[in-house]
Parts: sequence; C-alpha cells; structure tokens
Amino acid sequence: MIRELHEKLISGEITAVQLTEEYFANIAQKDEEVFAYLTLTKKSALEQAKKVDEKIASGEKIGIMEGIPGAIKDNICVKGTRTTAASKILDNYVAPYDATVIERLKESGAIFLGKTNMDEFAMGSSTEKSAYGPTRNPADPERVPGGSSGGSAAAVAADEAVWALGTDTGGSIRQPASFCGVVGLKPTYGRVSRYGAIAMASSLDQIGPITKTVEDAAIVLSVISGEDKFDSTSAQSPAKDYTNYLTGEAKGLRIGVGKDYLKDLGPEVKTSIEKVIETYKKLGAEVKEIELPYSKYALPVYYIIMPCEVSSNLARFDGIKYGMRAFDHKNTKLGFKPEDRTLIETYLDSRKYGFGEEVKKRIMLGTYALSSGYYDAYYLRAQKVRTLIKQDFERVFEDVDLILTPTAPSPAFKFGEKTTDPVQMYLEDIFTITANIAGVPAISVPAKDKVSVDGKELPIGFQLMAKWFDEENMLRAAHAYEISFRSDAENKIK
Amino acid sequence: MISKEEVRHIAGLARIGMDDQEIEKLAVELSAVLDWIDQLKEVDVEGVEPTAHITGMENRLREDKAGNFEDKKMIVKLFPENKDGYGKVKSIL
Repeated sequence: MIRELHEKLISGEITAVQLTEEYFANIAQKDEEVFAYLTLTKKSALEQAKKVDEKIASGEKIGIMEGIPGAIKDNICVKGTRTTAASKILDNYVAPYDATVIERLKESGAIFLGKTNMDEFAMGSSTEKSAYGPTRNPADPERVPGGSSGGSAAAVAADEAVWALGTDTGGSIRQPASFCGVVGLKPTYGRVSRYGAIAMASSLDQIGPITKTVEDAAIVLSVISGEDKFDSTSAQSPAKDYTNYLTGEAKGLRIGVGKDYLKDLGPEVKTSIEKVIETYKKLGAEVKEIELPYSKYALPVYYIIMPCEVSSNLARFDGIKYGMRAFDHKNTKLGFKPEDRTLIETYLDSRKYGFGEEVKKRIMLGTYALSSGYYDAYYLRAQKVRTLIKQDFERVFEDVDLILTPTAPSPAFKFGEKTTDPVQMYLEDIFTITANIAGVPAISVPAKDKVSVDGKELPIGFQLMAKWFDEENMLRAAHAYEISFRSDAENKIK
Repeated sequence: MISKEEVRHIAGLARIGMDDQEIEKLAVELSAVLDWIDQLKEVDVEGVEPTAHITGMENRLREDKAGNFEDKKMIVKLFPENKDGYGKVKSIL
C-alpha cells in the first residue's frame, strides 16, 4: 500500500496534502464510533505534507515514507505533543523530546496524524483499560479491537491511518493486529530502540509496525530499526532495507508447528490455521512437527517478570516530576490544599488517583514479588525458567527456520466478556508471550479464511516466529503467504 | 493466600494510597494470580543460569559525559510546581 501511494505522489496523481486530508476526513467520519485516536495533530501533519509537496514540485526525489500518513501509539513520545499512555496520571504530559523511532520517521518524511488509544500503560489485551474509554473493532463495533495497541490496529483497519506504531510486551502489537485483520510485527528484542517509549517491562518491550500489508511492515521496520546510542540494549546491527528479502517465495523454508498449539482451539480457528499450513506446503515450505515443552510456563513467567519490571518503571510517576499531582486533578475533589500535604502524602494520593485498577494491581504484584524474602522464589526462579524457554527455542531453531502458531486463541471477543476473570484475560496472550520471553521476532498475518461468529465474519491472524535477528526469513514467509492469494501475484513479486 | 495486612504493607512500599475496600479486593485478586503462578514451582531449575539479557548482550560502556538537552524549559513546565526555572519539590526533612 505504501509503495502504491508513493508512486501516486511521484506521478502527481495525488498530493501529500490531499492524501493527509483524505485520512483526516476518514477519521472525522469514523472515529466517533471507533475511537482509535486520543489526540490529533492536524496542523503539524498538514505542514509536513506541504513540505513534501514542495519537494516533489521542485523535482527533488522523495523517499518511500515521505508524505505517508500514520498513527503513533500514545506511549511513544512525540516532541510537543500530548503523550498520555492512556493514563490519567499523564493527562497533561507534553513530551519534551522525540523517541528515536519518531526522530527516524521524521527524517524519513513520514506524516503523523495523531496518537492512538491503548490500555493504560499498555497493560491489557482489549483496550478496555484505557482511562479514556475503549476503542471499538472496525470489523464489529460490539467487539474489542484487542490490545494493548488496539487504537493503532483499529486506525489501520478503518483506513484512519496508512501505517501505525505499536508496542509489544506480551502480544500488544500482534493480538490486536489479529483481531482487526491487519499485519503486526514485534521485532527481535533490541532490533528497535526503546528510547522515548514509556517503559512497561524493559526486558520485554519492543516497538513495531502495524500495517495493511507485509511489505508495508518491512518498509516501516527498515526506517525505525538499528542501533541507538540512547538505548544501550539496542542491538549493534546496521539498519537494512527489509523489502529486499520479499522474494515472494517460501520454497525450502522449514516451518515448525507445535502439535499441542492447535489442540485446544475452537474448530473454526483450527480450520483456518490448518489451511494456512496447507498453503505453506503448496508454496514449497517444509512443515515439521516441533515441541517446546517449557512454553507452557511462559505465561506464569511473564506474570512475574513483567509486574516486577512494571513496579520499578512506574515508580517514576510520583506527582513531583511531571504528570498529575492528586490535588491538581479535577476529579479527585480532595478537601485540602497542596501546601498542606507532605511528600509521602503527595506520592500516595497522586498514585491512588492517577493510576487505574489494573496498573495498581500489577505494581502491587511486582512490589510483592520483589519484596524482602520473596526475590528467590519469584523473580529469580522466573528468570531461570526463562532460560529454559530460551533453550527450547535454540534447540528447535536448529531444525526449523520459523514457528507457526495462531496469534490468539479466538477472534475478537465482546466488550466485558473477559474483564471479570483476570486469568482469562491473561490467557489471551498465550501464543504471543513466548516470543517476548525468548526475545525472538514475531509477526501476525491475517489468515485468508475469516471465522464466522454470530453471523459476523471476523478476521483472525496466524503468527510466525523466527530466530533472533532473522526478521528477513519471517517477512519473506509472511509476504509469500499474503501474495499467494492475489490474482496478480506474479506482478506483485519484486 | 495473602492477608489484608500484607496488602496494606505492599501498598505502602509501592507508595499507593488505598482504602479498605481496595485492599480487600486486591487481597483476593493477588492471591488468585499468585496461586496460578505457583505452577512454576514444579519446574526443576537446579543448575540453570537466570537470564540477564535475552540476546546475551554484555555491559556496554560509554563515556561519562554530560550532553546538552535542547528544551530545558519544556521539562521545567512539566513539573506540577516550578519556581524561577526550577522544579519545586516537597521538603523531605
């Protein structure tokens, strides 16, 4: 899609200003229902677009992302723009600097339409935990878009953005991509700089693209990836053009499928995934049965490591340095003046009224697990099991290039369906979470066959995971699947 | 099962103000999650090294040198209280 729009911009069929205005018109038309956006940046977007048009008019060459409008998840800092992480505690926060991914996208000439809705601090799988209200799934407004990057996925699905950025700590890019019928990519841990992303769990977080097509994901990833001096965990690997690996072929790739992974699925999801496997066989891939015995512990490992890191990362929200201070907030109605409160009272009140229920719960869980006497039993044990999970992947990747799973156990669920039982909501991430625990790259691609629920055709994605830093084969396989259904497939192959 | 007293203690450590109702609810919810997490006890981790960095990256050193931040004013503006170009904090003594 980006390439087609790029060609239209060059040929003069459309201007960047027209394109940007077209997307704002879509937003005006649809976003009252969808609620993908928390903040729109129309003025700066149109200014950017005008610059691109001037460049084209003067005969200068433009890059692939130049003039292409996209959306940014609201936990990624854009200088001068309100950045809330969908939390009341950051309601008034205006980022004083650009995240590295934003700086790189700005350099590429990409246009930012606005900031998208999410579960508060990226904690959730449905966008129902946003302090500003839920996003609706464009495929069926009675259903959630998934989460936590639900706003970004819904924006792309509803043509309210060409591309979007999300963040993924346990599946927050891939699961909403699956629910909304778009592509979502979580890079290898360290492939993309986390500088300027509001941290949730630092050993698991990655920023990645949500797009309509695999090629678009490759284009955006090419811009945002690469080493960054501001993130010491960013990998020392040069940026590269991932579109070079989209050959249109999956022949010879070895794809592993865990037999246990398909066991508990509903019949329709299972059929949909089985057809994906058949397609890969037809494309000449070799499908092998694999076993990852420690993967079943990935979810409980996650629910120790993540809250521990959350409790540490979110300690910075104290009502002193930035964000909301309890007595400044209109909703708290506290009957006292700020000068009467002590330091500790300021902390307690600001965090009490600033954070939502789920955020508090995870901070509490992490604080408990890290408190004196419990470290060995929880955090240390979890990091050891994490090693075993990683070793599973190392062993399996000696025999296969990729691992194929469903992205989520089911298509999009209805609002309120999973909010009563927290463990039920946590199970949403069962297929996606291992990639974060092991640090490997993973992508969700819409399966051709949708799933019929209550008379609605709902999208569902499948997931491919690859070896550390092998986004190339992952994108190649995802792309080969995607284009195999296009009637003009040959023409689309580069 | 964790007690209400423990939850109160943890809330204090986490610096989150909580009323009795919240404490009661969290005691139940945290216990449920902790019970579920307990399945990790069945894994034999004898002799297994804990993961420190998932792709095996080691310490990366850089020069300890202060850089310039362009928009200091934007940072000062973010302080809930500021005075004369500085952020104002509560007295700690």
